[in-house]
Amino acid sequence: MTNNPIITTEKLIKKFPMGKGEFLALKGIDLEFNEGEFAGLIGPSGSGKTTLLNIIGSLDTPSEGEAMVLGQPVSQLTARQAAQLRKEKLGFIFQSYNLLAVHTVFENVEFPLLLLKYTPSQRQKMVMDALEWVGLTDKVNSKPPALSGGECQRVAIARAMVKKPMVVLADEPTANLDAANSHNILKTMEMLNKELKTTFLFATHDEKVISYLHRKIFLIDGKIDRDELIK
Amino acid sequence: MIKFLLKGLVRDKSRSWIPTLVVAVGVMLSVFLHAYITGFMNETIEMNAQFFNGHVKVVTRAYADEISQIPNDLALLETDILVNQLKVQFPDVQWFERIHFGGLVDAPDSLGETKTQGPAMGMAVDLLSPTKNEVQRLNLYKSLVRGNLPQKPDDILISDFFAQKLRVNPGDTITFIGSTMNNAMAYHNFVISGTLSFGAMALDRGAMIADIEAVRFALDMENAAGEIVGFLPAGFYSSKVAHAMQSDFNKVADETDVFSPVMLTFEDQGDMATFVNLAHYMGAIITGIFMLAMSLVLWNAGLLGGLRRYGEIGIRLAMGEEKVHVFSTMIYESLMIGIAGSILGTSLGLFFAWLLQTYGLDISATMKGASIMMPTVIRARITTADYFIGFIPGVVSTLIGTALAGIGIFKRQTARLFKELET
Repeated sequence: MTNNPIITTEKLIKKFPMGKGEFLALKGIDLEFNEGEFAGLIGPSGSGKTTLLNIIGSLDTPSEGEAMVLGQPVSQLTARQAAQLRKEKLGFIFQSYNLLAVHTVFENVEFPLLLLKYTPSQRQKMVMDALEWVGLTDKVNSKPPALSGGECQRVAIARAMVKKPMVVLADEPTANLDAANSHNILKTMEMLNKELKTTFLFATHDEKVISYLHRKIFLIDGKIDRDELIK
Repeated sequence: MIKFLLKGLVRDKSRSWIPTLVVAVGVMLSVFLHAYITGFMNETIEMNAQFFNGHVKVVTRAYADEISQIPNDLALLETDILVNQLKVQFPDVQWFERIHFGGLVDAPDSLGETKTQGPAMGMAVDLLSPTKNEVQRLNLYKSLVRGNLPQKPDDILISDFFAQKLRVNPGDTITFIGSTMNNAMAYHNFVISGTLSFGAMALDRGAMIADIEAVRFALDMENAAGEIVGFLPAGFYSSKVAHAMQSDFNKVADETDVFSPVMLTFEDQGDMATFVNLAHYMGAIITGIFMLAMSLVLWNAGLLGGLRRYGEIGIRLAMGEEKVHVFSTMIYESLMIGIAGSILGTSLGLFFAWLLQTYGLDISATMKGASIMMPTVIRARITTADYFIGFIPGVVSTLIGTALAGIGIFKRQTARLFKELET
């Protein structure tokens, strides 16, 4: 980890319309994440962790305040610029894997590289490298329905990591996995964090995930309750 | 990228094969229905043309004014010359002299006293010429129920229904009582050679068909005929061709002479113009309604197809694919499905329409007692429009459905899509 902030949020507020009024999901969040962090937003449902992750991932915009992600102000990005940021610099891992069921493991992992217009030979090497990181080189031609939950999530990690993004955002990545698979996945991500210096940012309330985090940011009702750095 | 999307399209049956089949079925039905309606309406026109109106008809100006009365006293004279002139002027058209006549038919008993009587409507056509053109045109072979076709000038065919009503059989003699073209009383004995069933009550109620020479003799109409009917070489009525012929023929007609021959088109007779227009618009209206219904189905299919792919679209957006690109790929996919489905559906629709056009569907059993002239064999008719009409619901509706679904996705906030993706 370096002392080089790549994500900062300043007085971040997010409001959602609710009936005739508004629901305040984030109530002035000030945060800073350095390159190579393995951090987590922890809190119960409705605490605002996913909302914050979506804003950092340029999937949503703040109502007030600003989020600077890799030097870019999220609230001022056009749809095209936001897509560009996600395409080049961010990786996503979801709770329910969200793999494309009709495509093979190879094709699922290859997809982000197609958007980045890599050549076929580059794609071949990069996909195989990513599958090697997650230990799935023997499953290149399998399709997601033929894989276990743990294998699917490992494919999702490979897909998020294949383009070597600067930041990976993982929303409840172990929610659908058993304990053994959860530890397996977390070890893989921890290994990638160390080897590739990729920043990992989790949204979770899973104790297993929390136990792996190097930094724990507890959110309650849209506010930071405490921010713990684990040595 | 294109290869990647095509792979997904081909592998995901619910995204490719099933929508293609839905489109194909819709297009097939649209094409078939259009050909069927065109065929049915044209068959009805043709049936009326064959029996009564011809595609064009030459009569005297006075006869034309009173045509509903069948005024044989205003018939054409020296028709042999006129027919020859017509054959020279319009060599591709088939011309036939006909006389429509009405009167009373008297059926005697064995003592020669009246057994039964009934009003009859007759048509005199050329039954005895070696070419048998009129016999074939009126489909008399197939309509024959009992007996034979006329072999001698005084032989006559009457409808089987009428024969039963008069209690006469083939071989019996009947007496026709009517009026000559000079308005004198006419009597003539005919021998029933056979009975007919036309399948339309309008004809079966009291129709008789006799050879024109015998009727000329009976009605004192030597070398005369009520009308000369013409049939176009294409075998079906064409308003454009008929009107062109009419203008050509009538431009030399003497407007001051009520007995000068004038040409009428099929549409100039009775309510036939309304029927021709109805045939024209009815086909378009019914097909339009059906295509609208099919469009809604296909639109819905496109919409569902788009909505079903929320998950995939959410992922693609998260990976950094632009919304415009996602939207355009959806449109291209639906275009491919629409075109493939339309080609398949048009081929199938044309095949079934061809079967119905070639072999026909005999509905004579259901037509017994019908009081209007309708064909007893339903035939489709394939026209140029059938080759492309299916592409309207097939391509356009699928495209609109997908576009609407895409716009819904397009307008949705990415984060909202994501939330829906996760639930």
